[in-house]
Amino acid sequence: MKDIYLDNNATTKVDHAVVDVMIPYFLEQYGNPSSIHKFADGVAKGLKHARQQVQALIGCEHDSEIIFTSCGTEANSTAILSAIKAQPNKKEIITTTVEHPAILSVCDMLEKEGYTIHRMPVDKAGRLNLTAYQKLLSDQVALVTVMWANNETGTIFPVAEMADMANAAGVMFHTDAVQAVGKIPMMLQDTKIDMLSISGHKLHAPKGIGVLYLRRGTRYRPLLRGGHQERGRRAGTENSASIVGLGKACELALEFIEYENTCVKAMRDRLEKGLTEQIPHCFVTGDLYNRLPNTTDIAFEYIEGESILMLLNKAGIAASSGSACTSGSLEPSHVMRAMDIPYTAAHGTIRFSFSRYNSMSEVDEVLKVMPEIVAKLRKLSPYWEGDAPVADPEKAFAPVYA
Amino acid sequence: MWDYSDKVKEHFFNPKNAGAVVDANATGEVGSISCGDALRLTLKVDDDSEIILEAGFQTFGCGSAIASSSVLTEIIKGMTLDEAAKVTNQDIADQLEGLPPEKMHCSVMGREALQAAIANYRGEVWKDDHEEGALICKCFAIDAVMIEEMVWANKLRTVEDVTNFTKAGGGCAACHEDIEAILEKVLAEKGEKFDPTAASVEAPAKIAAVKVPLTNLQRIKKIEMVLDSLRPALMADGGDVELVEVLGNTAYVNMTGACNGCQMAAMTIAGIQQRLMEVMGEFIKVVPASEMSKLVSIEVA
Repeated sequence: MKDIYLDNNATTKVDHAVVDVMIPYFLEQYGNPSSIHKFADGVAKGLKHARQQVQALIGCEHDSEIIFTSCGTEANSTAILSAIKAQPNKKEIITTTVEHPAILSVCDMLEKEGYTIHRMPVDKAGRLNLTAYQKLLSDQVALVTVMWANNETGTIFPVAEMADMANAAGVMFHTDAVQAVGKIPMMLQDTKIDMLSISGHKLHAPKGIGVLYLRRGTRYRPLLRGGHQERGRRAGTENSASIVGLGKACELALEFIEYENTCVKAMRDRLEKGLTEQIPHCFVTGDLYNRLPNTTDIAFEYIEGESILMLLNKAGIAASSGSACTSGSLEPSHVMRAMDIPYTAAHGTIRFSFSRYNSMSEVDEVLKVMPEIVAKLRKLSPYWEGDAPVADPEKAFAPVYA
Repeated sequence: MWDYSDKVKEHFFNPKNAGAVVDANATGEVGSISCGDALRLTLKVDDDSEIILEAGFQTFGCGSAIASSSVLTEIIKGMTLDEAAKVTNQDIADQLEGLPPEKMHCSVMGREALQAAIANYRGEVWKDDHEEGALICKCFAIDAVMIEEMVWANKLRTVEDVTNFTKAGGGCAACHEDIEAILEKVLAEKGEKFDPTAASVEAPAKIAAVKVPLTNLQRIKKIEMVLDSLRPALMADGGDVELVEVLGNTAYVNMTGACNGCQMAAMTIAGIQQRLMEVMGEFIKVVPASEMSKLVSIEVA
């Protein structure tokens, strides 16, 4: 059996059609788009077309609202730092405890510089409390930055509604949508979202290209200054091949968005149902009724995620885990902790994330090997005895020496 | 994915002595569920000879935790308790052909479980002699607890101080922000404020540099003095060093005795140069005298 890739929230395979449109920009149209000669005259047109392809996918009003960046992280940093620079009197930021580090680390740094950061908690299903959110909104807040969909659980936040609330309070709204764009339909011109981040490599474009959507009229300060590229909003010679590739990837994503929400979702659902039925003491994390169609995050209790991944890898299956050991830290994933998932389960979470390249036969293969893997590791676990966990596991095995 | 050795993979995929030993008479438990690592080691010890007859492990943890537990049971089977007590975490890591720095704590956990089991057999209470913190400096494998202790003990105040005393931060510089955060925290506990521009505390064993430029005669005398101070160490290895000529900032030396032709001579010369620069406070180049003839002939030509 060919290797099975179920780690599409980490990154995706570049679509062959994307590679094909990129190649001429390496070998023929390699001129600097700012130059006046025939090596460059097709490039500006290529960039313009790509801008329109991105525009179509996210449904924004103007193609000039698309700013190409080097990645999703750059788009996030630009959005946050722009909001505070453009509104120097506002010293508060609202975000959530489950954001990606690309948001949380910037907020941590700003907190050290004197900003007040409101990190909204989530409940056990990973949901926000909008009443509490409403109370935080004030004229002191420079920016609300809330992810559209969570990278670990796939849980979708009601960002359109939250943007309306922010707008009513006169507060700028940014969303990190790197996991959502291309997986769920969106029409930005019908929302009050001011800024939105996209990452190319999450939707079958290459790594090293991203987008910051900036609604016309939103106050803005560039992060990178220099040349006049992107109308001076993001200096630096355009990554023309990757921009054109991203455009193509957006066009394909729009074409496949129904497939994503029917066929890809069916694969995810079959895997999830099969695993939770066959394997005792495991459960799906996040908001089961409000999730990305391609993601499932399952906690296998009393065993540890990195061990599971190593055995999966040996069986030719790629997935990822929220355990501490996979990242080399001492704490399991902050998303799992925020949802108050017990430690015995948080360390054993495995995320399977699909794309349109997966197939039902791959799902069946995972369903075949996973029960054995879990059983093998549970046999080694001090929290497991025979066919069941030891009674009251966290007390039954609680070493005095930590 | 971690760069695990084949040995780690071998012990992970096919662990030895998994499960609890039946009729065990010694048990050691370490770790915590919150950190994602927990280990129970059970031993069957012969009461007369104190030889470990059987060893078994139950581990909740990552690949290297399971491999460390497995290899530990293999190491100690057949040992007496006194022999087993001498097993270090480095022994465990070595048996596994090395562990990534972030994973060394897995071997520490193995050693601790062993110590706890031995204490349990002897009816003693084992004392955890160290606390492990989050890994801060990945270049030199220094954790937060170690840095905190050094900051407390030596009244350290800057990142440079921490690097001088612990090596942490002396490599890729990625952890400087983390070290600053530790300094901020510890200094706040002491009621002080962290000031990144504070003067360094006295750096360990650095000789005050001479500021005034030296005359050539002074320079030669100083070089002789430094070489004299290094001579005993060289002679202990059966070698010696002789100053042949000083031209400007270049000192030409002959490595004699065992040093002559030794593979390490280049390193020794670099060491001498380093020492000379420290003491004299100026740049000195140390060159084997054999290079001098080339230099002279070029000048003549």
